[in-house]
Amino acid sequence: MGPRDSREDDGEFGIIRVKSMLSITNLHATVGEKQILNGLTLEVPAGEVHAIMGPNGAGKSTLSYVLTGRPGYTVTEGSATLNGEDLLALEANERAAKGVFLSFQYPLEIPGVPALTFIRTALNAQRKARGEAEIAAPAFLKKARETAAALKIDFEMLKRALNVGFSGGEKKRMEIFQMAMLEPRFLILDETDSGLDIDALRIVSEGVNAMRSPDRGMLVITHYQRLLDYIKPDRVHVLSAGRIVASGGPELALQLEAEGYDKYAQVAA
Amino acid sequence: MSLATALKTGDLAQLPSRRDEDWRWTDLRGLIRAIPSASGPLTPTPGGPFAALGGEEIVFANGLSGGREGALFTAEGDATLRLRFCSDARGTRHASTMVINAPGGERLTLLESYEGRGDYLADVDLSIEVESGSHVTRIVLVDEPAESVLVSTSHVRLQPGASFDQIVLSSGGRRQRIETRVAHPGQGASVRLDSVYILADQRHADLTTVVTHAGRDGTTSQLTKGVVRDQARGVFQGRIVVEKGADGTEARMGHHALILSDRAEVDAKPELLIFADDVQCAHGNTIGALDEAAIFYARQRGMPESVARAMLTEAFVGEVVDRIEHEGARDIARAWVSAQLGTAK
Repeated sequence: MGPRDSREDDGEFGIIRVKSMLSITNLHATVGEKQILNGLTLEVPAGEVHAIMGPNGAGKSTLSYVLTGRPGYTVTEGSATLNGEDLLALEANERAAKGVFLSFQYPLEIPGVPALTFIRTALNAQRKARGEAEIAAPAFLKKARETAAALKIDFEMLKRALNVGFSGGEKKRMEIFQMAMLEPRFLILDETDSGLDIDALRIVSEGVNAMRSPDRGMLVITHYQRLLDYIKPDRVHVLSAGRIVASGGPELALQLEAEGYDKYAQVAA
Repeated sequence: MSLATALKTGDLAQLPSRRDEDWRWTDLRGLIRAIPSASGPLTPTPGGPFAALGGEEIVFANGLSGGREGALFTAEGDATLRLRFCSDARGTRHASTMVINAPGGERLTLLESYEGRGDYLADVDLSIEVESGSHVTRIVLVDEPAESVLVSTSHVRLQPGASFDQIVLSSGGRRQRIETRVAHPGQGASVRLDSVYILADQRHADLTTVVTHAGRDGTTSQLTKGVVRDQARGVFQGRIVVEKGADGTEARMGHHALILSDRAEVDAKPELLIFADDVQCAHGNTIGALDEAAIFYARQRGMPESVARAMLTEAFVGEVVDRIEHEGARDIARAWVSAQLGTAK
């Protein structure tokens, strides 16, 4: 089932209540004038991988941006908590220090900033926010080398400006590299599979699966079922017109692949 | 018409004004109401920003070097010259002239600094002759006080096969013009003219360059990056003239500025005047703000907004500093940039 410490066993009635790591309740959000999230409710317990699937325009990326605090996205109603703490009250970098990590669908190029410098600055900023000591250079480099090797990233690439001149697949592997270096508690993968060939997909998925642990939660946002062959979810949710319209086990993903999103588009409308 | 002439003759009408096209953003006539008296003598503080790099030193203190307003230097072998223009004066003026020769086959690293305190008018006139087969690297660090007026004009003349690499780094002044004019013979000669300006408060800096290609097959490369905040004013004027017959010229000019506050301003005038038929010339000019998407990306990784902005701004300027080939000078330039951006937040 799951780790005992994240579930309360109400023995008298035989109900097992699960304490959620990420808890989203009736979330409404706009981008500029446009209402995108329309009452989204979702619970992700620690230790579980939940997939969010849906048609284009359903609000999948908006969900990831609202959870990570991107400017331009306004929450108009509802709440989102991480381990019981109000996530929406925190700045983007504060959420990161609490352990939220977003693997971007379109990772940014940062000219003039070597990848290693970028990650080290980020890691030390998070540690400072948590009252921890900065990471020492030798320890950082050792971890970087090991992580790069595991993701088949040429270490020399990490001395170059982050993502500049990298292919789509290389950028996605760099997202997973950053994820492994920052050791987040809650991972959001926004269409991580887009633009990946089979080999890159396998390497990226291995990297993500290596991060699974009883005290980590994951939200895997994807349009296609294929990624979920590699990163097997515990639960699958369908997001349509800004809310969750269906939830089920992994077999729901296969059903979506066979039938498409049409019937959910009608449910939402 | 120039500051130097006005200082020599006492005639205010000789001061360039905004009516002169080349001085439209660096008005001196409106600013200077009277020619002040000459600055007194000064014993300069030893050292300067490039002290650690050794070589020979020529110091102008309040316009005088060894009691004279002019000095001459001829490079021999692999030479390093630290040329310092030190000023410490209140309400006065001074002017100096410097001639530098790099005879055939010599290498000269010219480390030039402007170090000032107080408020004054200063004019510097510099001539640099680069003979065939010679290579001159000029690194100019301008660290003048907020109330100073400085005009530094350099005339660089190259012979075929010579090369000249320059970078000017400035934090501006009350009104400041750093001008470089290059007579480019083509014929295998190459020129690089880079600059960095980082301006805060009410400072002004005008980086003006004119390169004239008189012969074929010459190259010129220019990259300028500016960062302005508060009510500062940055000016970039880059003119490249390719005369008739100067075919095969390759000239590239880029000017990119970040404006960090509502009341800061950047004025840019890139000009390519091409009279030859077969050339490759290009210029790019962008003035804007930091990429908000990149800032969010850095914040999502845990960096507070101020840290993200500082990192991106330093990287923006860093592209020019990274082009300095002299390692020691590059480190000094990098540290200076960080210091300027640190105070500029």
